[in-house]
Amino acid sequence: MRIELRGITKRFGSFTANDRIDLVVEPGEIHCLLGENGAGKSTLMNVIFGQLQPEEGEIVIDGETIKFANSGEAVRRGIGMVHQHFMLVPVFSVAENVVLGFEPTKSFDRLDRKKAADEIRRVSKEYGLEVNPDAVIEELPVGLQQRVEILKALSQDAELLILDEPTAVLTPQEIEALMAIMRSLAKAGKSILFITHKLKEVRAVGDVITVIRQGRVVGSVPPTTSEAELATMMVGRDVKLTVTKEAAAPGDEVLEIRDLVVRDDRGLAVVNGVTLNVRAGEIMALAGVQGNGQTELVEALAGMRRIESGTITVRGRDVTNNKPREMLDEGLGHIPEDRQRNGLVLSMSVADNLVLNTPRRAPFARRGTRNLDAVEQNARQQVKDFDIRTTSTRELVSSLSGGNQQKVIVARELSRPLAFLVASQPTRGLDVGSIEYVHRQIVNQRNEGLGVLIVSSELDEVFALGDRIAVMHEGRITGVVDATTSRETIGLMMAGASSQSAHD
Amino acid sequence: MTENMADVLAQADPGSPVERRSLWTRFSSKSPVVLALLALVLGFLIGALVIIFSTNTVLDAWRGIFSSWGAPGHALKVTFDNVGAAYRAMFTGSVFDPSQFWHSIATGKQWDNTLTPLSETLTYATPLIIASIAVGIAFQTGIFNIGANGQAIMGGIAGASIGSMINMPAIVHIPLTLAAGIVGGMVAGSIPGFLKAYTGAHEVIVTLMLNYVIAFFLVFVLLSTPFQLPGQSNDISRTMHSSAQLAPLFGAASGLRVSYGIFIAAAVVYFAWWFLERSSLGFDFRITGNNPNAARASGINARRVIVVVFLISGGLAGLAGVVQVSSTTHYVDGNFLIGSAGIGFTAITVALLGRNRPMGIVWGSLLFAALGVGGRNMQAATGIPLDLATIIQSVVVLFVATPVLVKEIFRLRSSSAQGIQLATKGWGS
Repeated sequence: MRIELRGITKRFGSFTANDRIDLVVEPGEIHCLLGENGAGKSTLMNVIFGQLQPEEGEIVIDGETIKFANSGEAVRRGIGMVHQHFMLVPVFSVAENVVLGFEPTKSFDRLDRKKAADEIRRVSKEYGLEVNPDAVIEELPVGLQQRVEILKALSQDAELLILDEPTAVLTPQEIEALMAIMRSLAKAGKSILFITHKLKEVRAVGDVITVIRQGRVVGSVPPTTSEAELATMMVGRDVKLTVTKEAAAPGDEVLEIRDLVVRDDRGLAVVNGVTLNVRAGEIMALAGVQGNGQTELVEALAGMRRIESGTITVRGRDVTNNKPREMLDEGLGHIPEDRQRNGLVLSMSVADNLVLNTPRRAPFARRGTRNLDAVEQNARQQVKDFDIRTTSTRELVSSLSGGNQQKVIVARELSRPLAFLVASQPTRGLDVGSIEYVHRQIVNQRNEGLGVLIVSSELDEVFALGDRIAVMHEGRITGVVDATTSRETIGLMMAGASSQSAHD
Repeated sequence: MTENMADVLAQADPGSPVERRSLWTRFSSKSPVVLALLALVLGFLIGALVIIFSTNTVLDAWRGIFSSWGAPGHALKVTFDNVGAAYRAMFTGSVFDPSQFWHSIATGKQWDNTLTPLSETLTYATPLIIASIAVGIAFQTGIFNIGANGQAIMGGIAGASIGSMINMPAIVHIPLTLAAGIVGGMVAGSIPGFLKAYTGAHEVIVTLMLNYVIAFFLVFVLLSTPFQLPGQSNDISRTMHSSAQLAPLFGAASGLRVSYGIFIAAAVVYFAWWFLERSSLGFDFRITGNNPNAARASGINARRVIVVVFLISGGLAGLAGVVQVSSTTHYVDGNFLIGSAGIGFTAITVALLGRNRPMGIVWGSLLFAALGVGGRNMQAATGIPLDLATIIQSVVVLFVATPVLVKEIFRLRSSSAQGIQLATKGWGS
């Protein structure tokens, strides 16, 4: 199947998720869609799959302009989608899941299990997808569950297969197996749209790589393109960021991380021997393509993820495996990666959110009773100092814009006495004005002697803020370099080259 | 989508009907009180339909509407008479009876009869308020305490034991009895609390099942030596000494049952308001209930919160149980809080109705108590079964739980998330 997107635009309110996207997938082609989280990849896929209707543009399949009202129509037209979160019934068998919604029946509407199992065996054989039709889904490993999703799409005669971040949940061996399947499907004439933010994978399996950033196509390149080049395409930014800052005057070491090993939810050691230090009065920027262990590293620092081995020291005190409360008391300021999930309580007021992690600290409470006057006074002060745009301090945080929500967190963290600050993707999804503002605040704190660790996958931010830059790749620090290092070198390091070889 | 369209239309054309509709909406769609009142109106309307379809005289009148010119009018009259009589009996039985009032004014006598309906409503509402607050505080923390009834039974058993087995002056005995009730409820509440905090057991399953365990424990206790009324073979406990009883507010001679328990309920309401709105711990609870992830990141110890919530919720439920015993029956028997008397279960619905807010719960409890008390009077006066009151209660809760439906029925513009936020979340985690 040949599918062509012409000028697809999808807006959510004032936010444009997809901006005039053009894309062509040829039959038998593995087309990779590369982009950061929030770049608009999943939105685009949902448009193709009929779950969202674009405001502008058209979808052309084999020369025919198509409009899907829902995903059922897309399925009938030969489009199959494997979601990032599987749409399987855990307690049903493989065969039952594959035929779900299109069940073969015997008389009296009874499910024809034999026919269903035969169908699986036929499709499995045709494409080399081994799986036992009678196995129960919840007893299968994740890799096989994904295979069932693919089988399901194929058994509905999909000609175009959309794989939405399929490798995010897989082990390296399972990823290898998936890639082999993708190649054999392409050989059989199926078109594949493969969505990911992992550079290695697109180069390994793709025929064409299209990079999208902030809802726009940056360009389509062949898989021979270097990882450094791809990384730069992915994380570059149209608007140049400039923060005027004086040279750093670093003082004592405030944070020392040594040989840290942290496992993710799947049990993989995604932080694998990280050693890093931050001094007072400097900004250490941690660069790297997302998913290389940064998230888990920050969670470990915040006391929210168990540390397998290695140590964390704050101002000379061992804080390894401290609880979140203890880390806050050590003077950790934390601007979390996902502000709505970990940083705010959306159904509470601005004033309450501004004291979220200091509810018992004087003057906000005395002997277990909250001092609402002090809370209110603090809120007024912060709203003024940090220019939080809200109609009232009693307004629910959910009614604020993303930029102002982030300002609430920044205000809360920076107005406490801190030993060091960890800011994870502090400006993701913010408009230029808010980005400048947040950067300004962070630099001010650094000028006053705070040690700051910025985790960002945006190179511009890394260069704008970092006094030193550490690059993380596959759970390790590939090098710590000066902020004067060239983009190309950093790009190579993000792709896994050590700082030494990157310089050569 | 349609709402947005309506907005756009309203702005484009100020004279359009959409604009008129939004005017009516302005004062109402955001207010949960208005929604609750509309739900109440719907409850009574549906109750009226039930009366019409279950009363033979009304049905007969409608069957005969083609028999003569006057028949349709007659049918309407019969309908209004029956429905009116039922609801009038409900009102006079639970709130205020004008004819009795004028009689008292005229004769200066029988003031107790005038006050009896209100007294009865308050008597039923008192433990219900306390139990509903117990459930509401847990809900606000994101915890489903379905076991308030069992915890209340434990409180009742403990209170009745202390109240009946020892002798001491009232000034010590009453506080001790109430404290025993609180401890009894806490013990029952600590089981699901610790199980959830330390093993991850789902509190709905545990509390629900514990209700059965405790119901049988009640029977066991009532048939065991120190608790059972001496010389009895029935499942009935000793009677509390008068020094442990919550006395009627206007003296035993008045015949009015409303007791000093209402002051305890008032204190609990104040405590709940203070706890949720003013205390640091309550702030932790609300953060946990609204966003457990942010709670964790803010350094709140989830285990501690879970255990403490269950202690507070269980303790209050236990207090409800002991208040129930020491202000009405003064003993516990095999039917204590069993079946339709299970205030711990009613409390779940009342908490939902009151959106887990202390004052909302007070109004919800008064409404439920009035419907129950009034329903009994209606059954006695008109023969319409008490179940009608239950139907109205259920319909009200049903509509309060589906604000979108109420708004659609009354043509209120649905302001989506702004309107009513459901007090409870999913059953998972």
